[in-house]
Amino acid sequence: MKGIHPRRPGSIVAEIVTAVLFLLFLFPFLLVFINSAKTSFEVTQYPLALPSRWGNIIDNIVKIWTSESVRYPSSLLSSVIITVISLVLINLFSAMAGWALVRTKTKTSSVIFFIFVASMVIPFQIVMFPLLSWFRTVTMATGVRLLRTYQGIILSYIGFGAPLSIFMFHGFIKSVPLELEEAATIDGCHRHQIFFKIIFPILKPIQATVLVLNGIWIWNDYLLPLLVLGKGNDVMTIPLAVSNFAGAFVKQWDLILTAILMAMVPVIIFFLFAQKYIVKGMVAGAIK
Amino acid sequence: MTKKAESTLVFWIFLAPALFAFIMVMVIPFFLGSYYAFTNWTSSARADNALRFVGLKNFVDSLRDPAFLYSFGITFVYTILNMVAINVVAFALALLVTGNLRFKNVYRVGFFVPNLIGGIILGYIWQFIFNNAVPSLGTLIPGLGFLADPDKLLLSKNTSALAAMVIVGTWQYAGYIMMIYVAAIENIPQELIEAAKIDGASQWIRLKSITIPLCAQAFTVTMFLTLVNSFKQFDVNVSLTSGGPSTMLMGKPILGTELLALNIYNTAFISNKLSEAQARAFVFFLVLAIISIIQVYVNKRREIEL
Repeated sequence: MKGIHPRRPGSIVAEIVTAVLFLLFLFPFLLVFINSAKTSFEVTQYPLALPSRWGNIIDNIVKIWTSESVRYPSSLLSSVIITVISLVLINLFSAMAGWALVRTKTKTSSVIFFIFVASMVIPFQIVMFPLLSWFRTVTMATGVRLLRTYQGIILSYIGFGAPLSIFMFHGFIKSVPLELEEAATIDGCHRHQIFFKIIFPILKPIQATVLVLNGIWIWNDYLLPLLVLGKGNDVMTIPLAVSNFAGAFVKQWDLILTAILMAMVPVIIFFLFAQKYIVKGMVAGAIK
Repeated sequence: MTKKAESTLVFWIFLAPALFAFIMVMVIPFFLGSYYAFTNWTSSARADNALRFVGLKNFVDSLRDPAFLYSFGITFVYTILNMVAINVVAFALALLVTGNLRFKNVYRVGFFVPNLIGGIILGYIWQFIFNNAVPSLGTLIPGLGFLADPDKLLLSKNTSALAAMVIVGTWQYAGYIMMIYVAAIENIPQELIEAAKIDGASQWIRLKSITIPLCAQAFTVTMFLTLVNSFKQFDVNVSLTSGGPSTMLMGKPILGTELLALNIYNTAFISNKLSEAQARAFVFFLVLAIISIIQVYVNKRREIEL
């Protein structure tokens, strides 16, 4: 429709300004890409020039892939394991909790919901040091290892991710008519069947938002893995691996930038596939 | 089993997994942490040995530490600058990409992309840009030679390094905030704008009297979002400047761009003062709590107005 109108000169200026800004915004990524294809000398001497031999990018990728301090394949696998399991569990547990809190109208239920909401104010900084010593105490008491393990970091992500996710499910479930559940009860459905067969499937739009918001946070998170997994651990996430490498190979920009490129590629690919959901989910999450 | 007992049981079973994780990682550490701020808590390994209540000592010590005072000050400066820069850029971008542009969806995605990459990685990219790419620009273009001067690098002085952090922060968040503005602008009824056009309102008048007032709610959301995110900035701080360069305050060497979150981290792991770091984290929490209370209050008032 809009294309029918003749284009005014003002809109051509806007077109050019936007295009320039767009290139400017993406220029840092272009720099990463071209400099990943250079030798160490070339990067420091001519950071803005095109690489003399594009084939270098393969050499650099191989170096990062086999690097002892990045351990790219294992870091990528750990990042995927941590993100996927945390997301599945946050999504399921928060939906369950949200439903329980909406459908049970008792004083306890409102107090618990209020605590979840209020906790969103708490910054990670005030809990991070006691969290470590508390995890150690739990391990001494029960023998379950939480520090430097998958179960410890996944438990942390569920705990830190739950409040916002529960809040979002809670808001949506409130608008689901109770008659739907009552009808199912008459048909002989148990309470848990009602949740899994009726409620959980209709929560899909909120699930998408919850997965996107938590997914971007967990995949990119640096401080929590740094503290809970620690340095020099077998379990290492991509952000930890990159920062480890950049710390150990100061000024080796050819390799640091290659590591950065390899850290960004999975995210960009994922984004291109799920673009619509990601943008929608993040905007919905902010407005809530 | 009675019906009531059954529904109570279902309530707790459904709540249990999320509540358990939440209590383990938030509730217990929060209360421990708030208590530790008032004790001589030292090594996390011997947390329970000879833990003594010391009153406000950790808070007083923090207030006597120039690094903390400085960090508090620049965190406020950074937060305000970042908030303004992000929102101005984001709103301008939103106006552009809601206009009559050929590739507006491509532009939107492009502006949004930095937001998908972790702050730690973005910081390293920009460290390279400021320390290598910009000086190289200075050698290539005559007249910009000052860019190549090692003493004039953006990251070599604390004021310009703080500005560099604002540049990176804006680049990181503007696209995300832009999307929120885009949603608000696209919600404005088209008839309103058409009517104004027919009445002869210029583009500027339409922006001032229609677009901006009708985006008021989005402004509240984005202001608080950018305020809180900037105040909590940690990742970019670590990878871009690591808090440096050093500077002097009250006769003591301190880090020139160390924001509060990094100061708390360094107090614990570099200075090895765990209880003092905990006290600083407590102050950090109080500031954020006050901001949130104001936010709730502002939103409530707006709801009444509507």
